[in-house]
Amino acid sequence: MDDLRQKYLNAVAGAVDEAALEDIRVQAMGKQGEVALKMRELGKMTPEERQVAGPALNRLKDEITSALAAKKSALADAALDERLRHEWLDVTLPGRPRPQGTIHPVSQVTDEVSAIFADMGFAVAEGPQVESDWFNFDALNIPPEHPTRTEMDTFYMHRDPGDGRPPHVLRTHTSPVQIRSMAKHGAPIRVIAPGRVYRADYDQTHTPMFHQIEGLAIDRDLSMANLKWVLEEFFSAFFGTGVRTRFRASHFPFTEPSAEVDIQCSWEGGTVKVGEGDDWLEVLGSGMVHPKVLTAAGVDPNEWQGFAFGMGIDRLAMLKYGIPDLRAFFDSDLRWLRHFGFSALDVPTLHGGVNR
Amino acid sequence: MKFTLSWLKDHLDTTASVDEITYALTDLGLEVEGVENPLDALRDFTIGKVKTAEKHPDADKLRVCVVETDEGDKQIICGAPNARAGITVVVAKPGMYIPGIDTTIQVGKIRGIESHGMMCSEREMELSEEHDGIIELSSGKVGERFIDWLAEHDPAKVDPVIEIAITPNRQDALGIRGIARDLAARGLGTLKPEKTALVPGTFKSPINVTIDADTRGDDGCYLFMGRMIRGVKNGPSPQWLQDRLRAIGLRPISALVDVTNFFTYDMNRPLHVFDAGKVKGDLRVHKAKAGDSIVALDDKDYALEEGMVVISDESGIESIAGVMGGLHSGCTAETTDVFVEAALWETRQIAATGRRLKINSDARYRNERGIDPAFNAPAMELATQMIIELCGGEPSEVVVAGEVPDWHRAYKLDTDRVQSLVGMEISAKDQIATLESLGFVIDGNMAQVPSWRPDVQGEADLVEEVARIASLTKLKGKPMARTQPGVPRPILTPMQIRERDARRTAAALGYNECVTYSFIDAGSAALFGGGTDVTRLENPISSEMSHMRPDLLPGLLQAAARNQARGFMDLALFEVGPAFHGGEPEEQHVQVSGLLVGHAAPRDPFGSRRAVDLYDAKADAEAVLAAVGAPAKAQIQRNAPGWWHPGRSGQISLGPKNVLAVFGEVHPKVLKALDVKGPAVAFTVFPERVPFPKTRSATRPALVLSGLQAVERDFAFVVDQGVEALTLVNAAAGADKALIESVRVFDEFSGAKAEAQMGAGKKSLAISVRLQPVEKTLTEKEIEAIAATIVEKVGKATGGVLRS
Repeated sequence: MDDLRQKYLNAVAGAVDEAALEDIRVQAMGKQGEVALKMRELGKMTPEERQVAGPALNRLKDEITSALAAKKSALADAALDERLRHEWLDVTLPGRPRPQGTIHPVSQVTDEVSAIFADMGFAVAEGPQVESDWFNFDALNIPPEHPTRTEMDTFYMHRDPGDGRPPHVLRTHTSPVQIRSMAKHGAPIRVIAPGRVYRADYDQTHTPMFHQIEGLAIDRDLSMANLKWVLEEFFSAFFGTGVRTRFRASHFPFTEPSAEVDIQCSWEGGTVKVGEGDDWLEVLGSGMVHPKVLTAAGVDPNEWQGFAFGMGIDRLAMLKYGIPDLRAFFDSDLRWLRHFGFSALDVPTLHGGVNR
Repeated sequence: MKFTLSWLKDHLDTTASVDEITYALTDLGLEVEGVENPLDALRDFTIGKVKTAEKHPDADKLRVCVVETDEGDKQIICGAPNARAGITVVVAKPGMYIPGIDTTIQVGKIRGIESHGMMCSEREMELSEEHDGIIELSSGKVGERFIDWLAEHDPAKVDPVIEIAITPNRQDALGIRGIARDLAARGLGTLKPEKTALVPGTFKSPINVTIDADTRGDDGCYLFMGRMIRGVKNGPSPQWLQDRLRAIGLRPISALVDVTNFFTYDMNRPLHVFDAGKVKGDLRVHKAKAGDSIVALDDKDYALEEGMVVISDESGIESIAGVMGGLHSGCTAETTDVFVEAALWETRQIAATGRRLKINSDARYRNERGIDPAFNAPAMELATQMIIELCGGEPSEVVVAGEVPDWHRAYKLDTDRVQSLVGMEISAKDQIATLESLGFVIDGNMAQVPSWRPDVQGEADLVEEVARIASLTKLKGKPMARTQPGVPRPILTPMQIRERDARRTAAALGYNECVTYSFIDAGSAALFGGGTDVTRLENPISSEMSHMRPDLLPGLLQAAARNQARGFMDLALFEVGPAFHGGEPEEQHVQVSGLLVGHAAPRDPFGSRRAVDLYDAKADAEAVLAAVGAPAKAQIQRNAPGWWHPGRSGQISLGPKNVLAVFGEVHPKVLKALDVKGPAVAFTVFPERVPFPKTRSATRPALVLSGLQAVERDFAFVVDQGVEALTLVNAAAGADKALIESVRVFDEFSGAKAEAQMGAGKKSLAISVRLQPVEKTLTEKEIEAIAATIVEKVGKATGGVLRS
C-alpha cells in the first residue's frame, strides 16, 4: 500500500496540467482505478484483516484526493499568474472624462445666508423684479420728487402714451418685498428676500444688476438691539469667526431710526480679513421699520414694530471668498466659473457648516 | 459738505480735538468722508535764521547760506532772490518730505558745493501759490516748530478741513451752524448764541416785488424779501473770507457774491444778489412759458420749460428761481447798487427744475431739501449788515411778497416707546434734554419741531433724534427669541426647493452655473420672441441691455460666444432665473436652461469624444424634470418655438397645453446671429408648470416584488423613416398591460446602408420587451402569444413588420 501511495503522490506532484491530473485521478480513484480495486479486495478479507486494511485504504484515498485538489489549485494559480503577467495597462493614462459642473457663488452664498436665517426663524420671500413705482418707492415712504428716487439711478420701463399709470421700474432694492410680504402675511413676520436688483450704474465697482438680500422682522417688541444681535449672529456664522459690528446713525426713508452697519475687519497685507483687526467696513443699511411703511403694508404701527436691513449678496461673496471684481460675476468666463464655483453636492447646512 | 475747524468754532465753543469731532460726526449720522489737516504735512518744519549768504562761486543766481537751526549751523544752497543774511526762514532738513514739490530732500551737491537742507516758499509747503521767494517770517525763534508759529500768527493756514456726507433728511447740516448744534447736543461743546442784526432802511426800495397768483405758496414761492443797498463798492472780499471759501473748495469772486456764499455754508441760507443797475422796473416771480430761455451765471444758455419758476424784470427773465441767477443782472466789480434776495421756494419744483436743466448749484441743493422758513427775515438783516461792513452803502426798506408759511407742529414724545424701539436705556430726562439741545421745545409730552428741521414729520423722527444723539455705536445686541421653542421648522417653499434642486442637479450633470444680465439687446430678444415695447427699458445703460430677456438662452449663447472667443469650444452652461414674458410685475417666470456646445468630452485615448446632440439635451432635461418632481410619464411633442431646429427639437408636456420643458438643437440662424460655433443643443425647463402634489406624505407605496423569473424578448421592426420610436414603444407596451413591465429601444438602424437592405425610406427599430409573470411562470406558448400580439399592435400603429 505504501508503494501505491508513493506512486500516486509522485504522479500528482509531477502532473504538468489539468488533463494529466485528471488521468491520474482516473487511474487511482476511477471505478477501475487501483484504489477502487483494492477496496473491492476488502470483501475477501477476514474481519480482522479488514479492520486493519479498511481504515488504511480510506486514509490512502483521502490522501490522494487532497493531493489532487491541492495540485489542481496550484496549477490554476500558476495559469492565472501566467495570464496576468501579460495583462498590463498604462495606469498613468487619464481616467475616462466625467463632466464637472459648478454652482455660481451668488447661488451658494444665497443658500448659506438662507440656512443661517432659517435657524433664526426667517422664511424666504420673493417678489417681482419689474415693480410698480408704488411698491418700489411710495409704499417705502419715498414720495415722488424725493431725492432718493434720483440718487438710486432707477431704470424705468417703457410706458405706452395711452397708459396713464406711472411707468414701472426695475426694482432698485429688495425692499418692496417687505411690503408684499407684510401685505400678504401680516404680522408677526420674519422673512429674508434675496434677489436681483437694478441700478443704472456701470463702472469698476458697480454693475447695472446685482443681488441684495432684505431682512424683515416684525413683532410686538423688537428693538434695534435685537437687530444688532441678529446681524452679529449672522456675520459670525457666515464668516465662521466672531465678527463685531458697529452701528452708525444714518438715514433711509423706510426706517427710523436708521443705521449703517460696519463689520470689523483688518486690511493687513492689502487684503481684507473680516472678523480681525480694528478697521471697519460698511456692509449694510438697516433700521426700525418706519410707521408709514407698516401702514402702507396694512400693519398697525401702534401694535407692531420691528427692523429691516438690506445688504449685497455679491459683496458678501466677494468678502468671504476673496473675489476681486464684481463685473466678473456676470461675465460667465468658464475659468472664473470653475475657479470660484462650488460643487453641486456642497449644500450649505448649519450642521455641516456654511464655510468651505 | 466741507467746513473748517475754525469756522465750526464760530458757532461752537469747544476744546475737542479734530479726532474727537470726526468720531462724533460719523456716529451722529454726519459721516466723515475726509479730513485734511495741514498740520500733518508740516509737522517737522522748523524756524531758522540766515546768518550769512554769499554768492555761489559757480552760479550767479545761487547763494551759499549758513543757516542757524535747532541742530546747529547748516550750509544750504538757495536760489531764491530774497535769500539774504538776517531773515527768519522755514527750514526743511535732509530726509523730510516737501509736499509742494512731492520730493524727499537729501544732502546733495549743487555745482560742487554741499547743501544740507532747504529753505521753503509757501507753495513748496502748499500754503498758497506764493513762490516769488522763500518765506520771510516777521518773528519766530530758531528751532521753533513752524506749525506752532502759524497757529499763533496765521491760523487760517493750518485750519483742518473736514468733509462730511449729508443724508437727504439733514438739510440743517448743510449749514455749519447745524453741524455745531449736533455736536453741542452730543456734549462736545456749547452752541454759541445766534447772531442777529437789525439794519433799518433809510429809503423806499425803488425795485418792488410781486408773485403771480398761480405761483404763490405751494405753487412755487412762499415768500420773497428784497432790499436795495445803494452806493456799494464791490471788490475782493477780505482775506479771512477768501481763506474760508478757498478752504472749502469755493473760488472767491467778489465781496457781494462771497457774502451770499458765506451765508449758504454758514447758515444753510442761499441768497441772491442782483446788480440793481441792470434790473429794469420791478421784479416778478412767475412761471416760465415754453420757449423761454436764460443765460445763467455759469455762462450757459438754458431752454426753460413751461411751469419752471423764474424771476423777471421788465426786460425779461433775470433768474431761475432758487436754482441759479442770470448772467445779465449778476453782480460785477462795477456794481454800485445791489438788490438782495432772500426767498422761500417750494422744494419739489426746485428739484424738478434743477434736474431737468441739469444744474447742480449750492442754491438748488439747499432749496430743494428745504431751508429754515423762520430765518428769512433775520438772514436779510444779517446779510445787509455784512454787505455794508464790507462794501459800504445805504440800505433801503425791505420789500416783501408772500408770507412765511406756518412751520409750527408738535409730536408726542413717548419716552417708553423710544426705549422700546431703540433697545437702550435712555432716561426720560436725557431724552428731553437731547431734544431741547437740538432746538425742540418740549411742552408736556409734546415736542415742538424747530423751524430748521422740515424733515421731522412724526413721532418716529423724534426717536431717531434721541437715538443718534445717544449714540448707536454704544448699542449692545440683545438676543431675539425664537418665534417658537424647539427645532426650527423648514422655511423654503416648494418652489424654492424646486429651484434649488434643479440648480444642483444641473451642476451635478456637469453644467457650470452662470448668472447673466436680465436685460439683453433688442435683436437677441427678438430672436426669442421678445424685444417689443412692453419689455423695453426707457433708459437703458446701453443698447446691449435694452430689453428684459424673454428667455435665458440668448444670455447663455452670448456667454458661450464669449468663451469660444477665449478658446473654450466645449461648454456646458446653465442658468436658473427669471424670464420676462411681459412688462407687468406678474409677467415674470422661472426658467432652468442648459446649453451644451461642441463636444461631450475632450479628446482622450478611449474615443469618448463626440459632438453633443439632441439626446444629451433630452436626457438632461428629463433629469432636471425628475429632480423637480415631474411625473415620469409625459408626452413628447414637436412644434417647439422658432428658435429651435424645426426637425430636431421636442417639447415634454403633460397634455397638449402644459409644456414642462423644451429640448433640442438651437436653430442654426440663431447660432449664426449670436456668433456661436455649433453644434449647440439646449434645454429649458419651466419648473413652475410642473403640478405640485396635492398631499405630501413621507410614506412610499408598498414595494411589490415577484419571485418569478422575468423574461426578455427582442424584436426588430422595419418601419418608415418618419415613424417615431415612442409610437412603436407605446404600441408594444399596449399588447399586454399586465405582463409587460417595460419596453426599451436598444437599436436604431437607418441611413443609406439600412435603406439598401430594407428598401428606400425604411429604417429598423429594435426593442427589448421585459415580461414579468405575476402568478406563474410563463410557458413558451404563452410567450409566443404575447409576442404575436406585440407584432400585430406595432404593425397596426406604425405599419412596421418584423425584420427578417
